[in-house]
Amino acid sequence: MFKEILIRMIQGKRTFKYPKGPAPVLPGKFKGRPYIDSALCDVNCNSCSDACPVDAINSQTKTIDLGNCLFCNDCTDACHSKAIVFTKDYRLSVRDRNDLIIHPEQKEIELAKELNQQMKRIFGRSLTLRQVSAGGCGACEADVNVLGTIGWDLGRFGIKFAASPRHADGLLVTGPVTKNMELALKKTYDAIPEPKIVIVVGACAISGGLYKDHPQANKGVESIIPVDLFIPGCPPNPLTILDGLLRLLGRV
Amino acid sequence: MAAINHTFTPINNTSAIPLEKIPVLAVDDFMQSILKSVQKSHRISSYFGVATDKIDTTLLYVILSDDDENRLFVGRTEITGGSFPSLTALCPQIHLFEREIAEQFGLQPIGHPWLKPVRYTRNKTSPVEPAVGDFYRIDGDQIHEVAVGPVHAGIIEPGHFRFQCNGEKVLHLEIALGFQHRGIEEALIGGPDKKTIHYMETAAGDTTIGHTTTYCQIIEALSHTKKTARAQVLSGIALELERLANHIGDLGALSGDVGFLPTASFCGRIRGDFLNCTGLLCGNRFGRGFIKPSGLGSDIDSTTVDTLLKKIIVLTKETKDAISLLWSNQSVMARFEDTGLLTGQQAIELGVVGVAARASGLSRDARLNHPSGVFRFFQMHTCTVDSGDVFARAYIRWLEIEQSIDFIIKQLTSLPDGSVTPSSNDLDKNCLSVAINEGWRGEICHVAITGENGQFVRYKIVDPSFHNWYALAEAVKNQEISDFPLCNKSFNLSYCGHDL
Ligand code: SF4
Repeated sequence: MFKEILIRMIQGKRTFKYPKGPAPVLPGKFKGRPYIDSALCDVNCNSCSDACPVDAINSQTKTIDLGNCLFCNDCTDACHSKAIVFTKDYRLSVRDRNDLIIHPEQKEIELAKELNQQMKRIFGRSLTLRQVSAGGCGACEADVNVLGTIGWDLGRFGIKFAASPRHADGLLVTGPVTKNMELALKKTYDAIPEPKIVIVVGACAISGGLYKDHPQANKGVESIIPVDLFIPGCPPNPLTILDGLLRLLGRV
Repeated sequence: MAAINHTFTPINNTSAIPLEKIPVLAVDDFMQSILKSVQKSHRISSYFGVATDKIDTTLLYVILSDDDENRLFVGRTEITGGSFPSLTALCPQIHLFEREIAEQFGLQPIGHPWLKPVRYTRNKTSPVEPAVGDFYRIDGDQIHEVAVGPVHAGIIEPGHFRFQCNGEKVLHLEIALGFQHRGIEEALIGGPDKKTIHYMETAAGDTTIGHTTTYCQIIEALSHTKKTARAQVLSGIALELERLANHIGDLGALSGDVGFLPTASFCGRIRGDFLNCTGLLCGNRFGRGFIKPSGLGSDIDSTTVDTLLKKIIVLTKETKDAISLLWSNQSVMARFEDTGLLTGQQAIELGVVGVAARASGLSRDARLNHPSGVFRFFQMHTCTVDSGDVFARAYIRWLEIEQSIDFIIKQLTSLPDGSVTPSSNDLDKNCLSVAINEGWRGEICHVAITGENGQFVRYKIVDPSFHNWYALAEAVKNQEISDFPLCNKSFNLSYCGHDL
């Protein structure tokens, strides 16, 4: 008992000051929103789009679709003129799928707007989600899970995860939606009372990611049920996920 | 000690041999040799089919590990027609491999006692719904059935568990997986291409380093390239960081499952900090983009080395504090001890690997039995505990945490110089290559077979979970059903690593 108390004191208070204070420091090599410098880009060169494992780069328009992107660096490694840089901007979540397309020279994403007034009145201070992994590899799940730890302490924003869809206000889905999970996802969605919201986390859940052309998987959640918030990454950093959730609730 | 195996061909870990050096045995000889080897305490690391040009002919390959003598063997046979003899009744550890061959190649394993789909792979003519169909069932007035999943109560991957219970007591558990099946092995055929390494990174997302390291060793063997000493050491560090994050997370989760919140919350945070250490190495907390064939995605400078070292030293103390609470708390120990027993004999019969095997007293650790990369030069010792219960599986993790921290600090303080830039080369044609590593859950085994032009005609992945899921079903027998979450967590197996 005394040992527990002592160690509790040594471990200290660990909850981040964010969002009121500064965000936790991200590692130097962290990859956030990409920036495409058209002054450096040779439009006739397709090295980046050829290197991209998920065809996230449109070779004509030189846009990057963050809904597909794995943030893998294969394009930056392939680019001879260093025209693509991944900045440290961790804010990536959007409400409209098209806002994930990054154009050359684009420096800001049209970040997620908060829920409409009525929805915000219902969910703004208490949002209970049901999580469904539908072919997720475990990484997006882990980075969502980590938000429940003392550092992030998701509970302080009134966001929690429920063990039954009947107790939930919405769904948080990861994975491309494998054919074998399609029915379970639909059933879970149907079991949530109206009004409800759907949040998708990670490249797989947004577009199918690496698995989008597989006969065993779908092209992400939107092909099955309507989506309210897209959080890109492979996996997104917990900070990116939290930023998205808080934007939806109008808290940042 | 096991005698030399004459019929199967010896092969070194992380090496390649031409296919012509692997004789195609007659089916009976092949099956008998497997049985004999297993009697000599060899273990089946992999067993899989390979399609041929001829429609009614399939090749079967087996990889056997002789852990005592640090050797691997490969054997093959040719199956014509629609069936092959099942060995499951005599050699239980082969049961899931045979089911997989049946599912992937439409071959009937004659005599298999419980032939069911593994991943409920759909085909156009008969869509199979996962977990629909026969379950082992016990009848009786006092028996009830509990069905759980695919969607579970937490933030976790999907799977289906079907319990037969008498009151609180679990008489039988059948686990039906396949919900996560994404078709990875199918997509790897014809590679390697620009997608291949990303499939490895996401085969089991929490084992990114384990699977990519193993894949890269295959490519290095087939292309006669290798990582520099520096790259090998750094990839070893990444592997141990992955082990640390997961083991610490698991101990926290076990603690949470028995309602002991201090360790649960401390470990949850510390786990994140170890993931951040991997983030420092390469920018991604799971090590995406770090391990590449014959090199690394990025190097670290001396300031990062210092930062890492400082961080790890602080974390070491915090980890010790947090976890030591478990062993001195009676209510925790009362729940851990004698729960979810898996005897050494069961573990041997089921071919269990990794933490679960070592917790049942088996000395199975690829870092020692089949060392590759930096582990050839730095010997790890295998930690074992005999009791086979939740406590053993928890305590093994603790012992390994201490060892991994030690390893990382030693390696970081004596990092060799050199470049880590990847190089590439054509792959050998018509060869087989095998690579085995000790991921944090246990043995990861990859086998590649190349064709006429050096492309993969088959790439077989065996995640440790594939060996171990059945052991979980055994361990919960005669337990209270309320202890299932605890038992499950003590194995903490991968759904997607199994389903691929
Ligand atoms: S970072 Fe994104 S856009 Fe660039 S190659 Fe990787 S997946 Fe494609």
